Order: sequence, then C-alpha cells, then structure tokens
Amino acid sequence: MLAVRNIGISFGALKAIDDVSFSANAGQILTVIGPNGAGKTTLFNVISGVYVASHGRVELDGEDVTSLAPDALAARGMSRTFQNLQIFQRMTVAQNVMVGRHLKERRNLFADLLRLPSVGRQNRETREVALQLLEEVGLADKADVLAGDLSYGGCKRLEIARALATGPRVLLLDEPAAGCNAVETEEIDRLICRVAEKGIAVVLVEHDMKLVMKISHRILVLDRGKFLAEGTPDQVRENPVVHQAYLGNRGAKEVQGA
Amino acid sequence: MTTLLNNRYAILAALAVVIAVLPFTFPSNYYLRVASLVWVSAFAAIGLNVLMGKAGQVSLGHAAFFGIGAYSAAIGPAHLGLPSWASLAIGACISGLLAYFVGRPILRLKGHYLAIATLGFGVLIALVITTESRWTGGPDGMPVAKLTVFGWRIGTAYAWYWLSAAFLLVGAWIALNLDDTPTGRAFLALHDSEVAARVVGIDVAALKLRAFVIAAVYASIAGSLLAMMNGFVNPDLAGFQHSVELVTMVVLGGLGSIVGSIVGAAVLVVLPQALTVFQEYENLMLGFIIIVSMVFMRDGIVPMISKLIARAR
Repeated sequence: MLAVRNIGISFGALKAIDDVSFSANAGQILTVIGPNGAGKTTLFNVISGVYVASHGRVELDGEDVTSLAPDALAARGMSRTFQNLQIFQRMTVAQNVMVGRHLKERRNLFADLLRLPSVGRQNRETREVALQLLEEVGLADKADVLAGDLSYGGCKRLEIARALATGPRVLLLDEPAAGCNAVETEEIDRLICRVAEKGIAVVLVEHDMKLVMKISHRILVLDRGKFLAEGTPDQVRENPVVHQAYLGNRGAKEVQGA
Repeated sequence: MTTLLNNRYAILAALAVVIAVLPFTFPSNYYLRVASLVWVSAFAAIGLNVLMGKAGQVSLGHAAFFGIGAYSAAIGPAHLGLPSWASLAIGACISGLLAYFVGRPILRLKGHYLAIATLGFGVLIALVITTESRWTGGPDGMPVAKLTVFGWRIGTAYAWYWLSAAFLLVGAWIALNLDDTPTGRAFLALHDSEVAARVVGIDVAALKLRAFVIAAVYASIAGSLLAMMNGFVNPDLAGFQHSVELVTMVVLGGLGSIVGSIVGAAVLVVLPQALTVFQEYENLMLGFIIIVSMVFMRDGIVPMISKLIARAR
C-alpha cells in the first residue's frame, strides 16, 4: 500500500533522515521507534508532504506521490495526526470531524454563500458521518462541546476521528498515546487495532513500548535518521543492535547479561 | 441572548428591527446620513471580517478595493457614460479579479509579511488614483453622478438610509450563511491550524484566495455606495488611514463576529462625530478610547458581551 524507498531529507549539513526504506500493508500496524532525535516525526513530515524530501520516493499503491502537498496526499488516501495537537480549537468537536469530510463534500462557494437547501442537506449527512466516527473513538457525548475544552486524551482521539473522516487508506499516527494515562492508552490501543482491522495501513510513532509490542505487526527502528532494524516485535526485542541504540554499549551488555 | 447571537435569522431579524426603528429616534437628517455611513462602513467591515476573522489572514491595504469601487462609480458615468449601478457591478468585478491575481502571489506570505505586502498594494493603488488625474481628478477628487434606479433618482437622506441598510442586510446574510458550510468550516480550520487543514485535504492557497476575493468585492461595493451617497470621491478613500480604520472596525467589534463588524463600524463612524466637542483633541481621544477598549476587551466588543452573558447564566 504505502512504500517508502531510500527516502532522505537534509537540513543544511544535517541528514535528518538518511536512506530509509519500508513498506506498510493494508490492515497492518507498522510502528516506527527509535531514541529521541532519531527522526521519527521528521520521517512522518516527509511522507505526509509537510516537508519536501531531498531524495528517495514515496509510493501509494505504486503511484509516485513524493513531494506532493499534504492536501493532494489526502485526496489520494493518506491522512495523519500530530504529536503536538493540531485541533481546531474554536470549533465544536463534531465540526472538527466534519472538516475531515472536506474532500468528500460537494464544495460550491456560491451555494455556500447563499446557503442553498442542498448545503443544509449535505451538512446533515456530514454530521451524521461525523457522529458515527465520534462514537467509534468514544467522544459521541462531547459532539457539541468546543474542541478547545476537551481533555488531552480527548483531543488525541478527536485527531484520529478527524483523520479517519477523510476515508484514508494509509493513516500516520504520531504518538497517539503520548501524555495519556493508562486507561486512555488502553482505549487508544484498542482504537488503533480496530482501525487496522478495517483494512487501513497504519503507521505509528510511539514511545509507549508496552503498547508498541502489543499491537504492532512490524516494527521499524531508526537511530539518528538511519535505518537500524526491522522485524516483528519479538525480533526487535531480541535484537542487540536495538538495545545498543537505546541504552548505549554498557547498558546493552547489562541487558544481555541479565 | 447567546443563542440570539448565534442564530443567523435571529441576528438578521434583530438588525432589521434596529434599522426600522432608528429613523424615528433621529431629530434631523444629519443623523440619517451618519447612520447610512455606518451601514456602508459595516458592509465593508463584514467582508474584511470574512478574511481576517474567519480565514485568519490580514489585509492592511483593503481600502484599495474600497477606492476602486468608489472611483468606478465616479468614472463609469462621468467618462464612459455607464449607468451608476452597472459601474458598481463593474467595480466589484474589477476588484474581485484584481484580488484574485494579486492574492495568488502575496497570500503565500504569512503574518507580518502578508500585512506588509497588502499594505504595499494599498499604497500602490492610492498612488495610481492620485496621479491619474485625467481620469480621477487627482488629489482633489471628482464629483459622482447620482444613482438612478428605474428612472427614480436616489438622492434624499431617507432613500440612502434604506438603500444602504438593505445592502447591509444582504451582506450580513451572505456572510452569516458561510458559518457551518464546507467553505466556512474550512476558513475556521485554516485560521486555527493551517497544517491540520492541509492534511485533511484543504487546498489552503485556493481557500485564502477565495476569502481575499470575497473581502475585496464587499469593500468595492461599499466604496461604490459611499461614492454615490456622498456625490464625491477623493483619494483618501483608498488611503492607508482608511485601511487601518477598516481593520480597527473588525478587530474592535470582534474578529469573526459579523454583528461585531457592524458595532465596530458604528463606533468608528459615530465616535469621531461625538468627539467633536473635544475639538483639536478629537483624534487623541479617539485613539485613547480605542486603546482602552482593546486592553479591556481583547476579543472585541461583541464576543466580550456574549461571554459576559454566558457567564451570568
């Protein structure tokens, strides 16, 4: 579904991402992990078109989508969430998700300016879809609350609902459980699994290792912008190179000695 | 009251009532003139509010479009023999097209850079109007033909009061319509988080351009109306100070609040008239009042009031 080939981006002399390749399949969860500064979020920004890649390719179903703008990527079925929340604070929760339906809606400026009856009808349909998605992420009772008044965990789930509203085939989730308590993490963990079960290719960046090991089908490990390892959770857990990256030489020896 | 401030038909009905009742409280035609001036300014401010308050983009040169509308209403009948209403429509088209072609490059800019670029554009248009004196009468301005509709000459203070009020109602209705439509939601999304708007598939460049064109057309129509109402235009209408006044109306009344733009326009039109008692200190007082209101009502007058009401409940 999503194939990333030898992607790289440099900021001046710094190679923030250097020659990273992976692919994500429909219905599977691929998690990107790595120590702080490994380039996980940068990788997301390059794939989702927020940054322009210096080299390499991004393919969606074989089509080259490298360096397309985020809105063009959304139209081709890629959506994402953000590590630092990017919700529309002054809109209600339901309206946030309705914005996610933007591409699915008929958009005619003059119909909107005159509020033709078709606009009202479409609004009801869009709201219906939005409410279903909110139900799915467990925010149905907050539909008409201002998004800015949601709890942190609520905002995280709202971002997922909004991304799902675009009807993605590939969903990039940047630390969806960061800053959430154990109960919220549990909810998000189940939510991500349900999303994958729908046949969406999920690419996840996450620090919560318990969550990562539990739900990932495959794990990609980055270190300082470079590919370090890839494999199933078990393979990655046993990989000494990964221990070394996280804990340094000494720490890795201690783990192996233990 | 808060629901009243949120329902567009309630807002329009309340506005219509105010418009209908006001003339009975006026002791002289002078007040009708001032009120008409408020309606026309509010019309321009509402358009600018769509750009600034909804879509979150700034324009410090918006009087340029106001000036284009005003001079279209003047030049059309005087030099080209066009009817006044057709000149108004042509002015609106020119402003819309100009906004489209100027907006494409400059709306890529953000924040201060966009402010400076629009400011430069405004100065440029004002300069053209001042120097092309063969067409525009130069710095002295030029007279504007009276508006005739179906052979009926609109000249009295009453006629202008009702005409400008009708335009305001339609303008407010259209701007209020935008809320909770795909376009209106996209504007708010763009304002809150541009990057999030892009990843859900919103073409932000096209969207900003739409807001800019809408705001330009509003300003242009307001300019034409003012020109025909006053029977005279001068380059100050397109000048920087007028641009700042328009922005002040929007911000003082409340960014994103259509009612706020009308209130803001009322304050900025009526206050200088009321402050004439201070004679040479008039501008000083005006500036002082605006500073104090912005310090104590940062969200603007109308959002502040609706917040107070919500809290009182």
